[in-house]
Amino acid sequence: MLHTFVSYVEDKPGVLTRVASLFRRLNINIISLTVGRSERSGLSRLTLVCEASAEAGNRIRASLYKLDNVLDVDDIAGAPSVTRELALIKVSATRHTRSAIFELAEVFRARIVDLTAESLMIEMTGVESKIEGLIQVLIESEHDILEICRSGKMTMRRGHHTSRVLKALGSDDTEQDSEQLTADSE
Amino acid sequence: MDTHTNSSSATTPTMLTGSEIIWATLVGEGVVEVFGYPGGAILPAYDALRKFPIRHILVRHEQGAAHMADGYARASGKVGVAIATSGPGATNLVTGIATAMLDSIPMVCITGNVSSKVLGTDAFQEVDITGVTLPITKHSFLVTRPEEIAPALRHAFQIAQSGRPGPVLVDITKDAQQATALFDFEAAKPKPYRPHPMLKVETNELAKAAELIRNAKKPVILAGHGIQQSGAMEQVRALSERAQIPVAMTLLGIGGFPASHPLNMGMMGMHGESWVNDAIQNADLLIACGMRFDDRVIGTPGTYAVKAKKIHIDIDPAEINKNIKVDIALLGDLKDVLEQLLPRISSGKAGQHNGSSWIKAIEASKGAVSVRDIKNIPDSGHLYAAHVMHDLWRMTGGNAIVATDVGQHQMWEAQYFHHEHPRSLVTSGGLGTMGFALPAAIGAKVACPDKEVWVIAGDGGFQMTAAELATIKQENLKINIAIINNGYLGMVRQWQEFFYDRNYESTPLVSPDFVKLADAHGIAGLAVTTRGEVEAAVNQARKHDGPFLLNFFVEQEDSVYPMIPAGKALHEMIRRPGHNPLVETPEDL
Repeated sequence: MLHTFVSYVEDKPGVLTRVASLFRRLNINIISLTVGRSERSGLSRLTLVCEASAEAGNRIRASLYKLDNVLDVDDIAGAPSVTRELALIKVSATRHTRSAIFELAEVFRARIVDLTAESLMIEMTGVESKIEGLIQVLIESEHDILEICRSGKMTMRRGHHTSRVLKALGSDDTEQDSEQLTADSE
Repeated sequence: MDTHTNSSSATTPTMLTGSEIIWATLVGEGVVEVFGYPGGAILPAYDALRKFPIRHILVRHEQGAAHMADGYARASGKVGVAIATSGPGATNLVTGIATAMLDSIPMVCITGNVSSKVLGTDAFQEVDITGVTLPITKHSFLVTRPEEIAPALRHAFQIAQSGRPGPVLVDITKDAQQATALFDFEAAKPKPYRPHPMLKVETNELAKAAELIRNAKKPVILAGHGIQQSGAMEQVRALSERAQIPVAMTLLGIGGFPASHPLNMGMMGMHGESWVNDAIQNADLLIACGMRFDDRVIGTPGTYAVKAKKIHIDIDPAEINKNIKVDIALLGDLKDVLEQLLPRISSGKAGQHNGSSWIKAIEASKGAVSVRDIKNIPDSGHLYAAHVMHDLWRMTGGNAIVATDVGQHQMWEAQYFHHEHPRSLVTSGGLGTMGFALPAAIGAKVACPDKEVWVIAGDGGFQMTAAELATIKQENLKINIAIINNGYLGMVRQWQEFFYDRNYESTPLVSPDFVKLADAHGIAGLAVTTRGEVEAAVNQARKHDGPFLLNFFVEQEDSVYPMIPAGKALHEMIRRPGHNPLVETPEDL
């Protein structure tokens, strides 16, 4: 099954290697990985999607937690959440074919962000299937796709769900930190 | 861990070189002995060593340093420290680090590296050691500035010994050692230890576990390394005695539960006795205490104890349901979890009653097997490894620290040397590292100078790290060495005998005269060829003032029984042959 892990990691050299190495060791292919700054200074947030057995999810989560640079791991699984992916698609287009692509982009609520005499660039945000859909339609309409750049999935739980681990980290009282951290497990 | 504060630098902030900071931090962490080998990139640190109250044991190969730090940690429970230079010095540590990782041993390895300005340029003796060791360390640090040294080292000590222990590597560039920085030991203290967020013992899980234990008719405790790591010897014993539950030990669990205890069945797994493995296969409840259902103890997952409910108590949530699916997981430090569980286990007669018929059945299943045991058959004049182990155990009263290598002798030791005390067996279980015994024994002896320390090694493994004989001599350590010499890489030969039609390819071994080798190192020694000589030889070794080597020429094609072939179930073991030509009298006991 497809697992989606959302994790907060220290923003330091080598941290991504440690995370990636865990999946390498288990011979699990990372389907998608996005990393960027989070709402906490010094912490990056990553969304990692991989294919693994249902039982493996808990073990991966437990193993990620064992990494010293990893502060929080959430296995999103089937929880209500919003997932988005960003795609930039460069398509070969002349002034004769442009308007057809504009129409397609309109339907998919994508934007044209670059335009030259021979090509244009489409920016699109959405779930994976929507992006796949646009690409499919472009191909079927015999437009020549020159480049595709996709960000990979970003996922956030719906509703007022924030990590209590991170809340605890915000506190200055370090003693209290560790207590709250201990208490914070699902 | 005690904080050693006889260095003033550990209390008041002072300007020091990075090199001095290394030692001052170690002193602050309570380190008194380190094992290492100098070289270019770590020379600044060695230059500053004389100013600090730390004993440095010079090894002959960095692998030895890592194994010594490991043996030191296993024997004492303290963090072992190994030091090496960059490049080959660092890569030579790798086998030792992996050994410690697989057996969860708290260890800090410090390596020098080339100057930060040339990092990543393939400078002379440069290797990306934090990269190389990434999968075999619990964590690692690359330190390029002197002010980062103390925080990194202190954090390393915390990581090494907290939670599930393990090795941590701190790689320090040469320029960081040479530059100066303000050293403030207190300020370098790491953030409080953050327990694994998934560690939590649910009250209802505890209640369910207690109920399973109360209702079990055929329970077995699986005693693992975690008992000694956690210091839960008393709690496991209380659980076993209170509910009358027999105990089976993993190889690394040996010592965590006294061998002489009537409820101790012995070692489980590939070379465990048949009654132990049969008890596990017939059990209706397994209580796994600090063990990880390694493939060497379960045979195959699909056939393992299929009738048993399983309770798994472990500090590492990643071990739960890894090899064997369990019914109840109690996550936490074993001692703490058992402290919570014990009040729920009554010593009422229900448990007693249920236990005793089960225990009687196990006892009954021993009888027929143990008469075929080698120590019960008359003397044929031949010398068998089992005799040596049995006599060593008898003569040391089982009180010595024994460091074993890997192979047949390791299994015979586990079968015939009955360990009463925790941390008295030092052996490489997970990685199965040949060459471990000699350096690990040096570490154990340095950690416990008042204990009798024996090395038991095969003729193959001994030669992998035999250079450390010189270390023993230089440090003048009273270590006794028993080489179980059968002229083969014995365990491999056994597999060739059983599974490869006796095709003894590349296993016969021509070895040096080990007594002469010892003599060349200024170490006394003696060769032993018959059973009758064993006792006198062991006596001579023990009485000798200084290290002593015994070269036991044992039966060449003897095999370790029982044995579960790889990929078979625990009950499908190859039993001891009924007819053994090696016949001895029961009086020999």
